Amino acid sequence: MTLGRNPTVLVLAAAAVGLLGLGLLMPDWLRFLVQISLANSLAVLGVMLQMRAGLVSFGQGLYYCIGGYAAGMSGHLLGVSDAFALLLLGLVASILVAMALGLLMSRYREIFFAMLSLAFSMILYGLLVRAEALGSTDGFNVPPATFLGIAFKGGEHRYATYALTCALAFVVALALNRYLVSTLGYLGDAIRENEIRVEYLGASVRRTLYIKYVIAAGVSGLGGGLVAIAVGHVDPDLAYWTTSGEFVFVALLSGTGNVLAPFVGSLLLEFIRTFAFAYAPYTWQMILGGTMLLLILFLPGGLWSVIGARAERS
Amino acid sequence: MVPALEAKGLHKTFGAVIGAADIHVAVAEGEVLGIIGANGAGKTTFVNMVTGHLKPSRGTIHFLGQDITDLPSRAITQLGICRSFQIPQLFGNLTVLDNLLVAIGVMEASARALWQRFRRPEPLALARETLQRYGLTSYAESKASLLPQGVRKLLDIAMATVRAPRIVLLDEPTSGISTDEKFAIMDTLMTALKAADTTVLFVEHDMEIVERYARRVLAFYDGRVIADGPTAEALASAEVRQYVIGGEVDRRAVTARA
Repeated sequence: MTLGRNPTVLVLAAAAVGLLGLGLLMPDWLRFLVQISLANSLAVLGVMLQMRAGLVSFGQGLYYCIGGYAAGMSGHLLGVSDAFALLLLGLVASILVAMALGLLMSRYREIFFAMLSLAFSMILYGLLVRAEALGSTDGFNVPPATFLGIAFKGGEHRYATYALTCALAFVVALALNRYLVSTLGYLGDAIRENEIRVEYLGASVRRTLYIKYVIAAGVSGLGGGLVAIAVGHVDPDLAYWTTSGEFVFVALLSGTGNVLAPFVGSLLLEFIRTFAFAYAPYTWQMILGGTMLLLILFLPGGLWSVIGARAERS
Repeated sequence: MVPALEAKGLHKTFGAVIGAADIHVAVAEGEVLGIIGANGAGKTTFVNMVTGHLKPSRGTIHFLGQDITDLPSRAITQLGICRSFQIPQLFGNLTVLDNLLVAIGVMEASARALWQRFRRPEPLALARETLQRYGLTSYAESKASLLPQGVRKLLDIAMATVRAPRIVLLDEPTSGISTDEKFAIMDTLMTALKAADTTVLFVEHDMEIVERYARRVLAFYDGRVIADGPTAEALASAEVRQYVIGGEVDRRAVTARA
């Protein structure tokens, strides 16, 4: 991967270094906001991956929640405290569930895929609100994570979790950027355009979508794990349909043209929500809705369509 | 010698409608076979059964001696039978070059190949060579959805043949193409396929094209094969003249008289 020939890699690297540096200067509230938006971006990346193949997942919260709960339960019930181990367990749990559900999901398209994904996430939500051992609707607290045996305290701990989120978001974005420029990545675009032709070229549409589904789940699970560590708490709302809807919202807001787009969109959403809530606490949802409306009317390809068009012209 | 393609007793029904009735065909390697028939005669049903899109109700299809009757379309493609479509099946939002790169990218069945970079030197070289062979170089960076019909047809065929198939089935390669362009396109196409020693089966309504390019003709009527033989012989058959060519013969006769 040549940096000079790939502006995305260069921008990602610059953003990661910049965010790590700025994190030392930012006030706690702002750093936390950036951290959450980076973690959520991973779930949005999962939605984006599937959107590129023409599939809209209204249930990505399922894997976000599994990642969060698996990490949280490992800390809460099993006494695992290492952040990397917690995240790995969240990632593995998400991937294992996706490997099973993906066999079914890869058969469906369009509204059927959207509704089925929503159904699975709501089933998990329903199970969690009834699971008293896991705190029912209140969820449970996740013990503070350690980092390879080092237990940071206070501000150091907050910066460490922030730095971990930045680093992982960078690594995942880099990996997905590589995936998108592979034949498998392009096959997603081709499937969205014409499934019949893909099959007649000798490729398996279902296998391609299955791989995409599992990758999207893993990435979203990692996002959920990072949120669990950052917030120190998980609850069933992680799987609720509004959480998944927000990921779709951000994917539409940002566009699907580049792995950078979800990070921009997610950050923008967090800012809009924070400031809308601060200045219009009773009507902030209207502001979000209005933003969405304007976007669909004037930028149907999302924010990235503007950047992409400019890059193409230059 | 084992035929490249052999259909035995193919039968296909769609409810009460018979799409194919007891079709027996053997095609030798390197043959160029024209498939003719009126609309609804069973030509595309035959092509769809050979390429795995439809499963025959009865009968078998063999490719170089291997039974492919129950294989899915992608497995048949991987074996070496490719097809183009009456309505070109392209990736409209991708460029012409990217359309070909997708076709080249999936040629290797290994999972490792799928993870490789889409724009690598070797596939790019093959794509550019194919573009040149089909006269598409000037369209390389054009979006497929914006191409003229003739170019769309050529791209569709180029995608079907890029993996150098043993057999290619072309469904009406000149439909929707102007009279001026059709021979030029067929010349380009047949030269490219002949160079690769590909067995060609093409469905065509245009008898001028059939006469000029097919060495053998398979004529369908009502799901049945009513003629199978050398082009001149098949086109001269009474049944073909009555059920397939009809006005076409009269028009040519008039032209000849003039």
